Amino acid sequence: MLCQICGKNPATVHFTEIHDNRMSEIHVCERCAEEKGMQAAASQHKFEIADLLAGMVDAMTQTDEERVGHVQCPRCGLLYSSFKETGRLGCAECYAAFQFQLRPLLRRIHGDTRHRGKQPSRGGEGATRTRQIQRLHDELQRAVEREDFEKAAGVRDEIRRLEAEQATQPAPKARP
Amino acid sequence: MSAPRSFEELFTTTSPWLLGEGPHAEMVLSTRIRLARNLRDVPFTHRAREEQLQGVLASVTSAAQQSAALRDGLLLRMSECTPIERQVLVERHLVSHELGDGARPRGILVARDQRLSLMINEEDHLRLQALTPGFQLAEAWSLADRADDELDPSLEFAFSEEIGYLTSCPTNAGTGLRASVLIHLPALVLLEEIQQVLKSVMQVGLNVRGLYGEHSEVMGNLFQISNQTTLGRSERDSIESLERVTRQIIETEERARERMVRDARVQIEDKVWRAYGTLRYCRSVHAREVINLCSAVRLGVALNLPGLCALRTLNELLVLAQPAHLQRAHGGELSPAERNIVRAQLVRERLAAAEHGTGANPQG
Repeated sequence: MLCQICGKNPATVHFTEIHDNRMSEIHVCERCAEEKGMQAAASQHKFEIADLLAGMVDAMTQTDEERVGHVQCPRCGLLYSSFKETGRLGCAECYAAFQFQLRPLLRRIHGDTRHRGKQPSRGGEGATRTRQIQRLHDELQRAVEREDFEKAAGVRDEIRRLEAEQATQPAPKARP
Repeated sequence: MSAPRSFEELFTTTSPWLLGEGPHAEMVLSTRIRLARNLRDVPFTHRAREEQLQGVLASVTSAAQQSAALRDGLLLRMSECTPIERQVLVERHLVSHELGDGARPRGILVARDQRLSLMINEEDHLRLQALTPGFQLAEAWSLADRADDELDPSLEFAFSEEIGYLTSCPTNAGTGLRASVLIHLPALVLLEEIQQVLKSVMQVGLNVRGLYGEHSEVMGNLFQISNQTTLGRSERDSIESLERVTRQIIETEERARERMVRDARVQIEDKVWRAYGTLRYCRSVHAREVINLCSAVRLGVALNLPGLCALRTLNELLVLAQPAHLQRAHGGELSPAERNIVRAQLVRERLAAAEHGTGANPQG
């Protein structure tokens, strides 16, 4: 058997790789294995994004696809078509520029499109409270699912309190 | 641990994640938390100009001075490291393959205690990493979370209310969190139950990779299990789910080990001691073979077979036997065949020293 990478030397090393939720056997020569062991990675994940996108645009007509490909980020100039190729966005602004294309992609990748984690301090008090309310809503739902109604009632009161606060102090105050 | 002041000092100290300490250290080698962040006003690394990246390096290192955890760390610029040195950092899990390419203004800041590090201008401007020995997700998270809080006031991170932290690749957007454990599962592999376990791990939205991360091969029955998604769940939720699943895997592996020992004790001991014997007396050995043999010995240590070496020795060999470590220690490039010889010598010496230190007797 010849090496699956260089196709020249006999395959003497056999190993298992996990990709796309499948384990697969790979047979390579010693030299390629040595290199692959340390260097295989970095560049490959962009193809995963490309694959995901390819699956999603199947339904689009060619003209749709061309039109979308020409959408450009006003700040860094990245074309959507070039994001499709590389799987990498150009700057923070790209998220807004390509929001209509990205939303289904984010949903496909993460199963969700809404951030529920920590946030930078500069978001200010108002933003912190919004996030806290969001988190409590999640907690409330979990408590209800567990039929822990005592806990749910407590969480609901806390949400009411924060929402009342939000109503009286609507302007977020930036922290230093 | 005192702060490393040079590459040389870093090279000659053992990475904390290799110490063989912490909860479940016999099965979980290390726990890692990584947070991806970008500066709002600079294009992502691959689209930024050289001087913009220089600016990122400067502002991030200056912000690090405001962080108790990162202050006085060792900054290594990739452009100032030799290719072998950069590869040493990859082998230590301090930098990624991507950062290992030294062409652009990139660097790594290694904190005093070496558990925290900050990659600068990798795929994202900042990749903050906490790497701890054993199974300690909560500790690793608190290290990374605190350092992130300390950097935050001095840096304006790219963030949107809806999508969270914005990253170069949309697979990291949201929390920018990758939490992972490096776990040793020899019994599940031997009993051919690993496929089923990995399948269910993937079904609950976690990801499985080999020793060196994305797309790397599975060697030595070592698996890296990590969260897959970063949007729609809080950091704590993601970490708790990894914690829960890892506990289940630990239990499953423990039960598999018990069964294996009950049904085939002699065969297992034979395998362990043959592996030890090969390592102890080999004259030419490939890195992969070291990793695979160490896996068998690690199983023996976990099963409390008397006379084997310490976990720490096995963990250290995992890294010291890699090509770049060998060549850096040797002081120059070596061909693969030469490396095999130098590697065999290193392994023999390390095990002999461990035997000497512990009074172990390989005749068991």
